[in-house]
Amino acid sequence: MSTMEKSPAQARSGKRPVWMERPNPLVQLAKALALGVSVLLVVIPFWSVIATSLADQKTINDSGGGMVLWPGSVSFDAYQAILSGGVVTRAVAISVGITVVGTALSLAATAGLAYWLSRRGAFGARPMLMLVLGAILFSPGLIPSYLMVKQLGLLDSWWSLILPVMVNAFNVVVMRAFFQGLPRELFDSAAVEGASSATTLVKIVLPLSKAVLAVVGLFYAVGYWNAFFNAMLYIQSTDKWPMSLVLRTYVVNQTTIGGEQVGAGAEAMPPQLPLQMAILVVALVPILVVYPFLQRHFAKGVMTGAVKG
Amino acid sequence: MAMIVDNRPTTGGTAAVPRASRRFQRLRQDKLLVALGVPGATALILFQYLPLLGNIIAFQDYEPYLGIAEAPFVGLQNFSFLWDGNPAFLTAVANTLILTVVQTIFVFPVPLLLALLLNSLAGERLKRLLQSILYLPHFLSWVIVVAIFQQMLGNAGMLNTFLVQNDLPMIEIIGVPELFKALLTSQVIWKDAGWGTIIFLAALAQINQEQYEASAVDGANGRQRLWHITLPSLKGIIILLLILRLGDSLSVGFEQIILQQGPVGAEASEVLDTWVYNYGIVGGDWGMATAAGLVKSVVGVLIVIGANKLAHMFGEQGVYQK
Repeated sequence: MSTMEKSPAQARSGKRPVWMERPNPLVQLAKALALGVSVLLVVIPFWSVIATSLADQKTINDSGGGMVLWPGSVSFDAYQAILSGGVVTRAVAISVGITVVGTALSLAATAGLAYWLSRRGAFGARPMLMLVLGAILFSPGLIPSYLMVKQLGLLDSWWSLILPVMVNAFNVVVMRAFFQGLPRELFDSAAVEGASSATTLVKIVLPLSKAVLAVVGLFYAVGYWNAFFNAMLYIQSTDKWPMSLVLRTYVVNQTTIGGEQVGAGAEAMPPQLPLQMAILVVALVPILVVYPFLQRHFAKGVMTGAVKG
Repeated sequence: MAMIVDNRPTTGGTAAVPRASRRFQRLRQDKLLVALGVPGATALILFQYLPLLGNIIAFQDYEPYLGIAEAPFVGLQNFSFLWDGNPAFLTAVANTLILTVVQTIFVFPVPLLLALLLNSLAGERLKRLLQSILYLPHFLSWVIVVAIFQQMLGNAGMLNTFLVQNDLPMIEIIGVPELFKALLTSQVIWKDAGWGTIIFLAALAQINQEQYEASAVDGANGRQRLWHITLPSLKGIIILLLILRLGDSLSVGFEQIILQQGPVGAEASEVLDTWVYNYGIVGGDWGMATAAGLVKSVVGVLIVIGANKLAHMFGEQGVYQK
């Protein structure tokens, strides 16, 4: 067997190819150290946020009043306090609502538009494609966007967090590329059978596009859940705040979390720091939950857009 | 298909009528298809294109209670910040440019280095695990990232608690104007360096492995292979990313800065985007802020076109073809 045939297999199995010289142990050490430090810089903050949210007053005092790496005796008081009614509970409900409704609308609108643009020679598809590509290139600017939302009467409405970001041009391009990659014969035979374009979309295209729908949907969902700037710009009443504004007020700006902010379920008020960290964890958890699904597909999704866009 | 034949240019003076009627026929044929796309198209036009018209207030003395139709036109008066030496504007421009330069120098190479490190790892599973961890911060919002940085590096944060407990002097990082740009830069690295490796890893995977083998046979060592094979193969993608970066050079971390502006003050933290927000929406000087936003977008597009020309001159593809 020649080495050339062997080397890719070896690379996959993790062995050094035959032609490569024995690595310098010092270089190896430096590389391992650099990667190890990078990973720790990501992991430690997460770990300590979670640990602190579970810590009791005594552990925090022992650590000098700051963040801890080990919660000592684990207590869920902070979570119980913020999730049993009050500001945070309401914000979680609002953010979940916006994320669910927004993602559903986004997916429907994006898939519909992408399907139209993916059919070669369809009426108006070319000029519309130009508009979509143009929307990737430039954004209208802060104040004109604000005035548009105001003009439509969406200020201080949750719709202002959905409609302006409902269709992302890049996602349209990614989905269109995917639809165009489906075998042409499917469409021809559907047409021969007399299926309308809506039937073809629902019965044939969408079931075959679950992967791209999942990726694009998850990207939209993460975007809605994280939305901060539009919320700051458009939502004025505190009782309509989504999670990001609660986070800014109580965690970033460290406004004291008092009895009125938490539910009646808490008998004794947990210390501020675990409360703040629990809010942070609640904002993080949905991302951490969808992340493994997202991660499985996104590299592919990103590259589809890059190559075919 | 049949449509292609229909698309042949018709000859003769009566062309206009059949073409129009054929369009109408095509619309009727595709009406359901178009209807499926209309909601998305409407959203895009309504929130991406119609607001462009709103830029007209850059030339008006706009007051919210009057509306665009009533506001008087004032020529270029709103653009006077460009030539009358408005100190707040100059601070914003200076901070924006410093941040762009600093972030291009310090942020841009990190994903490339990380990608090279990951790529040199032998174990495929370990590589995947590390990638999953390093990509994660990209999906967090700026609110979360800023909160995490405060808890780690703030005066009551993990680092300083540790230092104080071990009788070491505290290091003030958060809320110090002199360190603000360094803080912003490190936050950008923390959030997006891992994510940025994706595109480099994809490019690295496309390099033909036989090149390495052949060069090793010819006696090239690891460093020479990096210099003569790996980096030249990445040149195109590096230039592409630099051009895209240049196009964004006037927008530096809006959410990120607005969240942390309070303690450090405008002198250290105001950039063009925050200036537009603070003077336009908060301060009510709508005309001037819109004018500034307009200037910013136009300059941004010009930078991309210029950078792309430059890339073509050096024989690279750039973002779009000539």
